[in-house]
Amino acid sequence: MTRITFDGVSHSYGKRSVLRDIRLDLSEHRIGVVGANGSGKSTLVRMINGLITPTSGTVSVDGLNVARNAREVRRQVGFIFTNPDNQIVMPTVQEDVAFTLRRRGLTREQVAERTAAALDRFGLTAHADHPAHRLSGGQKQLLALAAVLVAEPKIVVADEPTTLLDARNARRITELLQEMSQQVIVVTHQLELLAGFDRVVVIDEGEVAFDGSPDAALDSYRELLA
Amino acid sequence: MIGLYHPGSSIIHRTPTLLKLLLLSVGVTVVGLLGQPWQLLVALGAVFVLYVVAGIPPRPAWQQIGPILWILIIAVPLQALFAGWTTAGMMAGRLVVAVALAALFTLTTTVTAVLEGFQALLHPFRRWIDADRVGLLVALTLRCIPLVAEIVAEVLEARRARGTQGSLLALAVPVVVRSLYAADAIGEALVARGLDD
Amino acid sequence: MTARTLTVRDLAQIAIFAALIAALGLPGALTIGAVAVPITFQTLGVMLAGAILGARKGFFAVLLFLVLTAAGLPLLSGGRGGLVWFTTSPSTGYLYGWLAGVAVIGYLTAVLLPRYPFWPALAATVLGGIVVVYLFGVPVTAVNLGLPLWAALVDSAKFLPGDVAKAVVTVLVARQVHKAYPGLIPGALRRKPSMTAGHAGR
Ligand SMILES: Nc1ncnc2c1ncn2[C@@H]1O[C@H](COP(=O)(O)OP(=O)(O)OP(=O)(O)O)[C@@H](O)[C@H]1O
Ligand SMILES: [Mg+2]
Repeated sequence: MTRITFDGVSHSYGKRSVLRDIRLDLSEHRIGVVGANGSGKSTLVRMINGLITPTSGTVSVDGLNVARNAREVRRQVGFIFTNPDNQIVMPTVQEDVAFTLRRRGLTREQVAERTAAALDRFGLTAHADHPAHRLSGGQKQLLALAAVLVAEPKIVVADEPTTLLDARNARRITELLQEMSQQVIVVTHQLELLAGFDRVVVIDEGEVAFDGSPDAALDSYRELLA
Repeated sequence: MIGLYHPGSSIIHRTPTLLKLLLLSVGVTVVGLLGQPWQLLVALGAVFVLYVVAGIPPRPAWQQIGPILWILIIAVPLQALFAGWTTAGMMAGRLVVAVALAALFTLTTTVTAVLEGFQALLHPFRRWIDADRVGLLVALTLRCIPLVAEIVAEVLEARRARGTQGSLLALAVPVVVRSLYAADAIGEALVARGLDD
Repeated sequence: MTARTLTVRDLAQIAIFAALIAALGLPGALTIGAVAVPITFQTLGVMLAGAILGARKGFFAVLLFLVLTAAGLPLLSGGRGGLVWFTTSPSTGYLYGWLAGVAVIGYLTAVLLPRYPFWPALAATVLGGIVVVYLFGVPVTAVNLGLPLWAALVDSAKFLPGDVAKAVVTVLVARQVHKAYPGLIPGALRRKPSMTAGHAGR
């Protein structure tokens, strides 16, 4: 697994400080991030692929400073957003998956082959040429996953990937994330998603409130909310 | 990407887009110069033959040409007042032929082919215009149309649910704000997916 | 489109506004049927593009919308599309007028921001969204229908009340949006450097 480190990371939006002196060294296979609304989770995980640059401190992935090597890091880190509608950027299902592979020096055939394989893996082959907006919410999130995994990233970061889904689709996405061979970092409010995870970080008001095994972390989180 | 295209395999469908575009502009220019009623009748006949060759059924043809006829119902009598019925009739005839020709182009050319044609026309300007970006923008817009249509529908629905009629302003502000948020989220996703140049 | 200087965020905003203009013409969206030149809320979309995105992004949004329409997508209100509407139709001139109009609105809006006082803003929107648009639209209607200019002008007058209402709405919307969402028009940002700091994060 890849090593992701947060070294004295702080962040403010304008004058408002939302993360303070975060120090984390993450190299487990499956890592969960939990915390109350507005505690800073999304800000934290967006730093892993450079969508947000910390106001101070450094985030590095595999020894690479993300702020200075964003392009290279993004090739290794796939990102799943809460709302797949905003993540799908091409008109049809197949075009959207293929979009990830542009400018990777692949031939047309290689792109077609890998796209087809990704669609197959997520049960979207029948929808390949359909407009993406006609998919159901669950299918859209599957498409988002397919479009991320087609590039074979080493790390998958997901920010509340199941929040907008019904229970059945949420379970499906959860299972896919749990089975993934990639390193996964998942932000969630649905604690059952974290079953079988290796490590859970609890964020509270911009600081790490607890960091350890899922059971202990979830106990501490429930206490925090009580 | 189907748009108004009427599928077929006629010679008109198969003519290369840019050649068809050139023929269209020649045709429209020639029609504009016609001065005799009999010439116009020949042109009308020729256009009719072209539609038959392309295998366009009356319905899609009418959908394209019909709206213009409504305009003519008003415009022809108006013009007859100034210039007499012959001139008015000639003007109407020229307009109908030109519209029918332009519609034939649209009916027999896929949107993809037209966009590729446009890109080819842009080729000489490639120093200033990045065709890759243009293609990306076109695809992104096609993706965004259903997204924004949904935002508009949801805002209309929310208004109905509240039972308020509300002003156009009360409708436009949330639509614009939500569209801008969507643009931000899409921009973020584009970056996350490797578009950072 | 002048590639390198547009950021990814700019591209997304351009695409969303092109889509907004299209969505305002879809059946089900409110339309005002008219005989000679069917108009809709699409002109509202054009005015908004200029007043909210500024001249450059607004121009590209309208251009993108028009290119897709010319290519044959039925995106003009009433499901119209194709080259007819850019060549021989009586309403042709208005579509080219949109391009000039959005640029004028965008340019003047950048000058008026960040204060954006109501009456000057309305004057700017009317100038770009009505005067400039009609300047292209009316003569082309006259030529394409073989009517004298004054007849085409009288004909266009029936759209005036609706268009003025749209200009007012545009200004009111733009005021609220620019307050809630500063920095949309780069020229305006330069004049108010205090806004740049908090913005880099997003
Ligand atoms: N672009 C931004 N500009 C200003 N403030 C922001 C921005 N994004 C987030 N914030 C603020 O930063 C704080 C942390 O936000 P963040 O999105 O990281 O929280 P979160 O833990 O993901 O919350 P949630 O569970 O609701 O998703 C919040 O108070 C939020 O209001
Ligand atoms: Mg969040």
